[in-house]
Amino acid sequence: MSDLDQFRQTVHAWLEENCPPSQRRPITRDEQVWAGKNKVFPSNDAKLWFERMRDKGWTVPEWPIELGGGGLDERQAKILKEEMKRLGCRTPLFDLGIWMLGPAVLEYGTEAQRRQHIPNIARGEVRWCQGYSEPGAGSDLASLQTRAEDKGDHFLVNGAKIWTTNADKADWIFCLVRTDPSAKKQEGISFLLIDMDDPGVSTTPIELISGESEFCQTFFDNVKVPKGNLIGELNKGWSVAKSLLKHERKLMAEIGGDTPGPSFGPVQAALEYVGLDSSGKLKDRGLREQLVNHEMAFRAIGLTHFRSFEERMNGVADNNVPLIMKYVGTEESKRKEEVLMAILGHRALGWNDAEFNDDELLTNRGWLFSKALSIAGGTSEVQLNIIAKRVLGLPE
Amino acid sequence: MTLVLNEEQRLLKDTAKDFLTRVMPVTALRKLRDQKDELGFNPNHWQQMVELGWASMVLPEAYDGLDFGYMGLGAVIEESGRTLAASPLFSTVVLGSTIIIEGGSEEQKSTFLPQIAAGALSLALALEEKPHHQPSDFAATAVADGDDYIINGEKLFVLDGHSADYLIIATRLQAGTGLFIVDANTDGIERRRHHLIDSRNAATVRFNQVRVKASTLIGNAEQGQDILNTGLDYGRICLAAEMLGAASECFERTVAYLKERDQFGVKIGSFQALQHRAAKMFIELELSKSVVLDALSAIDEKRADLPQLASLAKARLNDVFELITNEAVQMHGGIGVTDELDIGFFLKRSRVATQILGSSHFHRDRYASLCGY
Repeated sequence: MSDLDQFRQTVHAWLEENCPPSQRRPITRDEQVWAGKNKVFPSNDAKLWFERMRDKGWTVPEWPIELGGGGLDERQAKILKEEMKRLGCRTPLFDLGIWMLGPAVLEYGTEAQRRQHIPNIARGEVRWCQGYSEPGAGSDLASLQTRAEDKGDHFLVNGAKIWTTNADKADWIFCLVRTDPSAKKQEGISFLLIDMDDPGVSTTPIELISGESEFCQTFFDNVKVPKGNLIGELNKGWSVAKSLLKHERKLMAEIGGDTPGPSFGPVQAALEYVGLDSSGKLKDRGLREQLVNHEMAFRAIGLTHFRSFEERMNGVADNNVPLIMKYVGTEESKRKEEVLMAILGHRALGWNDAEFNDDELLTNRGWLFSKALSIAGGTSEVQLNIIAKRVLGLPE
Repeated sequence: MTLVLNEEQRLLKDTAKDFLTRVMPVTALRKLRDQKDELGFNPNHWQQMVELGWASMVLPEAYDGLDFGYMGLGAVIEESGRTLAASPLFSTVVLGSTIIIEGGSEEQKSTFLPQIAAGALSLALALEEKPHHQPSDFAATAVADGDDYIINGEKLFVLDGHSADYLIIATRLQAGTGLFIVDANTDGIERRRHHLIDSRNAATVRFNQVRVKASTLIGNAEQGQDILNTGLDYGRICLAAEMLGAASECFERTVAYLKERDQFGVKIGSFQALQHRAAKMFIELELSKSVVLDALSAIDEKRADLPQLASLAKARLNDVFELITNEAVQMHGGIGVTDELDIGFFLKRSRVATQILGSSHFHRDRYASLCGY
């Protein structure tokens, strides 16, 4: 047996023993455990599962052991992910620090910054949010205006950020701020960490079409930020942000699958809500065509994720493939939601109405939520620009 | 399941690319067309392909094959798509030898396979009877008569049908499907070559009271359809590999043109209206690569989901090849509709390849049924 097979067996056995049965059922949004000073556990089992995974370092399997991670290599981490999926184990901890900030601090942070922030993220002690976009800086992110003035021993921050996900619940925020207003767009930007408890920081939620308001506006009014909170070099924040955007895009490409939604997939829903005729085909041929188109595209995307992984493992990585995944992943997620809406017909249209079951109610929530996927983390149009210029080398 | 080529397979692909661009570029096909070549392929080129081991690549070692697998052959076929190389490789090796390997008797295998490996014998599959692909319920019949069978019927769109040494004929038996491997010059067989838009070969083949020995039956009536289906799935996957190569080439030529053509004082590739369409084509090609590789590995690993992957690959490449050839013509503008430019050859090949072994409609329908809806 190879070392990896051995590893898989060990992982499987450990999960079997340590993951409570209640933590192996599909997760709903209310059951997610988010990091933070004041964590809310939906149940004792969720707390137990989180603590066991945390103590194993498997909240962040690939981070260094001495900083609270699991010390696994990419192949081992993939095996852990696969075995968790096979047993249906829930993600024990949710946090932007894990997905986005952590990798950037590991790459760009000083030793002191790594020691200050990484273990806290790994252990779920601090909840992070992201401050990139501004009311006047969306797709054109580099035009951002939030100022951080050098006041000798600290920065003085003034400005407003928008689409700061869960900023009202976060303990810290990582921000892009303008530190040199005279420099060309990208060149005067720095990457700054700000404690949300600092005087002058305030947030307001924004209500979305899906009825949710996880996005906020965040305001900075003469906020004093210590110099030690600068990640990477002064005025070089854009490269930190770009490296971090890669993580966000990867996340956005995968998030379609992790988003709380109905318990059925489109095929299962079609069998239930449309049904088969005597030839074993869906009764509605138009819907069948729509469904099979989605299913085939979905499979092609899954295979491409896998190919990309295999290429990295074999040292023949084509760096262009990850660039397409944000676009295809989010566009196909939107299509899937449209297919589901079509399959459920008017049963998908209920809003907070007890006439409809949970799956039906979640269907339109998922559909509305999906509309944000191709906007957040770089719109589909921006992704196509990047592919055209960076991959195909088409002129400006 | 593996989606990357190993060292040997990559080397093979490079060799194939080198040979094909040097010896069999698109101009070679253009020449066959302009000279109204009788055969429809260059036997000298085919002989060189055989010497490179391409005819024997997927055959078992016991029959002089290399047993190198379809990941390898697929890589070669993909490259052959880039230059639109015309040869008997697809009909003889992919369709023909698969059916013999899957269902043939020991005698049939030892008679035909070593000859195929040596490039000494070509095959054609006589299958279609209607304007659209139909892999079962044949009207052509084979009726037992003593130790013989009598075959009657008409087969259309028989690839390489006019030049093949032997035909594999799909017929309806009293109970089931009968596949017969028959000398193409047997009495009662009448072959008419057709000229198609892609400048390659297809023929109408009539069978008029053709008397064949029972030993020409591959497998039996009960297995016939399964044997045929396997051969067709291998064919669909390899054809998808060819289409991937052709679509990639057509796309790359188009992107190169976007970078060189000036209008309004700038390169037309700077226009966002064209950039986004080019980016979408790139995306479709990347997804297609993964699908084709997985389908090829499904053959080598004899996976149970092979039929699904065959339909996934063929439907996708039908669509993508159509999209890219249409866009290639449009983005080239006026010169795109001239015969002087090779793009037209890709456009024409796309539509022929789509009709071979099933359109996108056929394969989406099949995929859905295979998935239980």
